[in-house]
Amino acid sequence: MLMDTPDEMLATAAATGDRAAFATLVGRHYDRIHGLAWRLTGVKAEAEDLAQDICAALPAKLRNWRGEARFTTWLYRVVVNAAHDLRRRQQTRARASQGWGDWELARQDEIAVEAEARDWLAQAMTQLSPELRDTVALVLGEEMTQAEAGLVLGVSEGTIAWRMSDVKKRLRAMAREDAK
Amino acid sequence: MTDDLDDLRAALKAAPSPDAGAKARATALAMKNFDALQGQNQGLTDPVRSNEDRPNEAAPLNGVLRMFKFLTSRPALAATTSVAALLVGVTLILPVAKEPGGIPETGVTEKPATEAPKSGQDAGATTPVVEDEIAKEAQPDASPAPTVVATVEEPAKDDAEAGRLAAESADAVVAEAAPAVDVMLAAPVDGLVADAPVMEMKTEADSLVGGLATVAATGTAAPMPDPAVSQPIENTEEYANEAPNPVKVTAEEPVSTFSIDVDTASYAVVRSSLMGGYLPTPDQVRIEEMVNYFPYAYAAPEVDAAFASTISVMPTPWNPGTRLVTIGIQGALPEVEVRPALNLVFLIDTSGSMEDANKLPLLKQSLSLMLSELRPEDQVAIVTYAGSAGLVLPPTAAADRANILASLDNLAAGGSTAGAEGLELAYQVADGMKADGEVTRILLATDGDFNVGVSDPEGLEAYVAKKRETGTYLSVLGFGRGNLDDAVMQSLAQNGNGTAVYIDTLSEARKVLVDQLTGALFPIADDVKIQVEWNPATVAEYRLIGYETRALRREDFNNDKVDAGEVGAGTQVTAIYEVTAPGSDALLNDALRYGAASEGDPLGELGFLRLRWKAPGEDTSTLVESPITGHEEASAETRFAAAIAGFGQLLQGSVYTGDWGWDEAIELALANRGDDPFGYRIEAVNLMRLAQSLSEN
Repeated sequence: MLMDTPDEMLATAAATGDRAAFATLVGRHYDRIHGLAWRLTGVKAEAEDLAQDICAALPAKLRNWRGEARFTTWLYRVVVNAAHDLRRRQQTRARASQGWGDWELARQDEIAVEAEARDWLAQAMTQLSPELRDTVALVLGEEMTQAEAGLVLGVSEGTIAWRMSDVKKRLRAMAREDAK
Repeated sequence: MTDDLDDLRAALKAAPSPDAGAKARATALAMKNFDALQGQNQGLTDPVRSNEDRPNEAAPLNGVLRMFKFLTSRPALAATTSVAALLVGVTLILPVAKEPGGIPETGVTEKPATEAPKSGQDAGATTPVVEDEIAKEAQPDASPAPTVVATVEEPAKDDAEAGRLAAESADAVVAEAAPAVDVMLAAPVDGLVADAPVMEMKTEADSLVGGLATVAATGTAAPMPDPAVSQPIENTEEYANEAPNPVKVTAEEPVSTFSIDVDTASYAVVRSSLMGGYLPTPDQVRIEEMVNYFPYAYAAPEVDAAFASTISVMPTPWNPGTRLVTIGIQGALPEVEVRPALNLVFLIDTSGSMEDANKLPLLKQSLSLMLSELRPEDQVAIVTYAGSAGLVLPPTAAADRANILASLDNLAAGGSTAGAEGLELAYQVADGMKADGEVTRILLATDGDFNVGVSDPEGLEAYVAKKRETGTYLSVLGFGRGNLDDAVMQSLAQNGNGTAVYIDTLSEARKVLVDQLTGALFPIADDVKIQVEWNPATVAEYRLIGYETRALRREDFNNDKVDAGEVGAGTQVTAIYEVTAPGSDALLNDALRYGAASEGDPLGELGFLRLRWKAPGEDTSTLVESPITGHEEASAETRFAAAIAGFGQLLQGSVYTGDWGWDEAIELALANRGDDPFGYRIEAVNLMRLAQSLSEN
């Protein structure tokens, strides 16, 4: 029965102490948390740590759950905020973006084709500012609408639209560089 | 290119699948914490987060800080602490701004476990109804950092409402420093910082601010720019500049012609780069704009003259074999009381990119600063562009400050840029405001993205140039970095008979829009051109320092159709030539074997200065001529200008400065900084020091 219950109801139940509901919720969304964490950090190890931190903090955070947004939107916000905290702890953007570089090294054992595709990704992501990376991770990676992404990032839909057009502009510039 | 986005999408979708072990560990930890939380009375799981990573954008929060000082009502404090204890069940720290004799009982308030409600397993469930509401309301939606909110001088039962306001406005407070709500956020708590010290007590005002910023940033998910890297990692800035002017041989090209340039944008951009911790690129440096950033005390023009020119000659600081000829132009300052009425159209970029704190919010502050300088009879209109262009505020008398400020406040960023329509609308509005004897000016405020949707940038310039004939001036205020299209700004301002300035701080806004408002808005001479004919007998080689983007052809000087720069009321414009006498060992070109030896008196005039200008609105120009004798004395003013020209050349990596370096530039500027009542010159000295340190890395 629990498997069919909507996220929102599970969250409400978990917030009031329903252990089974909480377990279902975590099981259902761990992959999602991990996926977004990876898209935001670009390092698998970091994504795992971040996902674990989020899971550990989730019981306390659920107390803030008010059922006003969709659970996934709420959860995305938690993940994005956690990633921002992580970045801030890493002190500078420069170091945050290095994650994508380190990650490339760790990937060298990977199958050649896959490695190449991800090299490109790492390169593309590194060249975007953190704001743009977050936006890309949500809009392209999680396939959110611009309105949803705006809700998660706390900016207007117009800003998301502008950021996406900025991303396009930068990708074009990168493509030109590559062509040289 | 959709291709690229598709690639990126595909690559991002291919996230590595999570490790089963990691998932199991995380799930187990989650369950353990869940049980722990359920099992304890007060749910002590969240250590206090560290504030070390506070963003430096927190400065605008000082208003909130001040409000915090008013937090003296005991009931409010009591309510705050109990709410906090019930809510997060953690030791609560109330950072207190340092205020002599203020709130002795708070500093650090620790809530012992025994004081928390004892019954039940969930603290929230046992909380009295009122406080439960407070707790809920005080939580920014989905924030990972539970936030505690207290009101000021409000009974506890009103806390809920104030708390809601606080949560909603936290973002606004950070972004705009709008000290609108009498509330205080305190004690950010974050469960994710597992390795942070459990309690980090900072009673310093700045940690309070940091905490606020952190709460706001996490509570509303507004990504805060990272303080350590104020320069975006990559940017799409474009700068207008040409290669530095080369040395010319007088015998081959005795006449040098250029338009004056009263822009100051380059200096502000250079400053913003240096303050950000990196050296500006050579194309960001336009020396004439750096020199003209500073006010100079040149001789005032005689009664009825529009301006006076001051010539001075001195040995070149960086080259003993040459001399510097400085031409200083001082615009007349008409009596301020009789200045004509002013019609201003603010054309404001509200595209999504303007959201940053140093863009739209700074722009709003800047324009509201300026409002106090206007007269009741002046008129203001506001047009925005982004997505669709719109008239936000129809022409309104400056006396109606409340209305204008309200319209400014309501501006919000969003959408992409459609500058062309906005500009057309602004000109329409300006036309409607015009009356005889009044000055009409459009102030375009943007971060650069002006041409989205316009396929033809030159068309835009042509449009502006055409509109200039109608007598409406156009000035450009640049904001923010990373996207700054300096080239378009320059060209719009040049073609629109205006100035381009770059506003990076509120004090720069003050300089441009308050201290120098009259000069910035009231032209006294249009199309000012300078032509110098050098005497080959006394000057073998010459070099104009800066003004690369303002060069005119020799024949353009007498052609009144050719546009040039404007001089504002009471402003100064300075141009510097470096000249080399025949026979000097500093000559860069050898004499021609078959060339005719130059004739004339080697002790005669150095050259002849011609100035052309038009009275505002006139079509025909007036010519002013004066000889450069070579005996004009230099002053501290011109020596300071030379130091700034040297500064600019050092930044450009100029080949002409030889061994002359930062120490010499600093010494020269310091020795000649004069009165400097506003501190602009000493700021330049400090920038030189900064540049020196940066260039040694």
